[in-house]
Amino acid sequence: MLLRRHHDLTMAEAARGPGGARVDLVLVAAMVEQGSRVLDVGCGDGELLRLLGETRDVDGRGIELSREGVNECVAKGLAVIQGDADTDLADYPNDAFDYVILSQTLQATRQPRAVLEHMLRIGRHAVVSFPNFAHWRIRLQILFRGQMPRTDNLPYAWYESPNIHFCTIKDFRLLCDVVGARMEKAVALNPWGKPLRLTAPWWIWNVFGEQAVFLLSRKG
Amino acid sequence: MVTAQVVTRDFSDRVREAENPQSLLVRFGPDQPLKLNAGVDLSPFQIAYQTYGTLNARRSNAVLICHALTGDQHVANVHPVTGKSGWWETMVGPGRPIDTDRYFVICPNVLGACVGTTGPSSIDPKTGRPWGLDFPVITIRDMVAAQAMLLDHLGIDSLFSIAGGSMGGMQVLQWAASYPDRVFSALPIAAATRHSAQNIAFHEVGRQAVMADPEWRHGRYLIEGTNPQRGLAVARMGAHITYLSDAALHRKFGRKFQDRSTPTFSFDADFEVESYLRHQGSAFVERFDANSYLYLTRAMDYFDLAADYGGALANAFKGTPTRFCVISFTSDWLFPTSESRAIVHALNASGARVSFAEIITDKGHDAFLLDEPELFAIMRGFLDSAGKARGL
Repeated sequence: MLLRRHHDLTMAEAARGPGGARVDLVLVAAMVEQGSRVLDVGCGDGELLRLLGETRDVDGRGIELSREGVNECVAKGLAVIQGDADTDLADYPNDAFDYVILSQTLQATRQPRAVLEHMLRIGRHAVVSFPNFAHWRIRLQILFRGQMPRTDNLPYAWYESPNIHFCTIKDFRLLCDVVGARMEKAVALNPWGKPLRLTAPWWIWNVFGEQAVFLLSRKG
Repeated sequence: MVTAQVVTRDFSDRVREAENPQSLLVRFGPDQPLKLNAGVDLSPFQIAYQTYGTLNARRSNAVLICHALTGDQHVANVHPVTGKSGWWETMVGPGRPIDTDRYFVICPNVLGACVGTTGPSSIDPKTGRPWGLDFPVITIRDMVAAQAMLLDHLGIDSLFSIAGGSMGGMQVLQWAASYPDRVFSALPIAAATRHSAQNIAFHEVGRQAVMADPEWRHGRYLIEGTNPQRGLAVARMGAHITYLSDAALHRKFGRKFQDRSTPTFSFDADFEVESYLRHQGSAFVERFDANSYLYLTRAMDYFDLAADYGGALANAFKGTPTRFCVISFTSDWLFPTSESRAIVHALNASGARVSFAEIITDKGHDAFLLDEPELFAIMRGFLDSAGKARGL
């Protein structure tokens, strides 16, 4: 499993905000309160952690699977450890963080449900962003080509893809119900990294959102 | 060609360094005994240490370097006995990752060693003769307690950082557990919170090699004028293999012959790797004391940090304010990555700020002493970021 989200997001990467940061990361960062404690699961080269440190003054930690990513992060002075979302989240105590972030990584985990449950246990909030497998381009590819879809965002052939658990926005909402998560905020982005209209109904998001970002908390 | 015979050498340099080292020296008199784990007081005793760089006005830029089993305080200067450059000169110095233009670096010779700090080759004030096996068995905790007394003497309340590999890494972890408020950041490298059964086993083989040497005389060789150099050399040869890796040995030596093209059908050092190990053994006995080797390996064997904290490692670091950077190497089978991971799990469980990197190398345990650009980049980045947080 590769937790590098950067290769999966070439289009969104082109869409950068004023500070030069990726729009989806800016969106995730905006969901995080100033000065909070954050764990970024699958933190890649640490761009989000850096952004959170600079703009939100957070105490940030990261887990990353690839050694290159980890070593790059540590050399930048970020508190990142080499580890696997599927196995290592179990070692963290309850309520250790204000936010646990899983950015563009859920689809690459072996047990997305267990990972999400751990996130909600370790953090008061969970922030999850993921590619929407019900986007119209993906639907058309399956419908007309009859093959597993390949897009700019998801460029891998099925036999070498690290992404083993795709889901749709609708699927993810159902998983939130299953694990008892409360949806505090949700945003869907179009292929250019722009948020869809908040007033749009869920089915519109499910068809036109290329990726989604959810802010969750534990129920009760 | 190096032969099986170890030539008897003049060890006067080494003996001199044990008592009157060419290092800074602090003596703790009868009013300042060191209370040892073993339940006895060590007094008087002395610590030899080197420093590099300048302590700033706020006394906030001190970095303590903890050396490994066979290391000493000569981190970044020419060694007074061997004439070789310092053992961590690639890491410590002006512009190096542990930058002596920015930090005040202190490296003490550990308790029980033989380069100026009190150990079994020092003079027992009660008898006027070398301690030998009458020297009390010491632990990693004792080494660290002695270092804390050195820092008190230097007027340093809080260390900016503390770094060390192998046995040095054990001291780093002990420091962080014993004196969390005195350690701003910590770099345990190729380390573990306990010595494994396999490592204790290797150490026992080394000790038995020393003790099997008839010249050892139950540890009284300094009094009787003998020198257990063969035993110590064999111990070193065995240990040295554990510091490398199969891949590194193969890359460096393969099955190449030493200065010959065919086997001699004898027990000469036909192979390069044999010749190399013999050289390692004989070079080691020039600078190291056999009894110190016994005491320091024992201290490592006894190290089990979790056991001192009710069996739960996380308790050792509960609420720690220290920032940690744990580093391991892929080919290190003496202190494998799983040991570092155990440290990281405990630190995570105690909510500590921790970074952890595993570096890909075939150089084995010794990689921390060698030219590993990624190690340098990681340590520099970690220290820069910690320095910012410390206001350096």
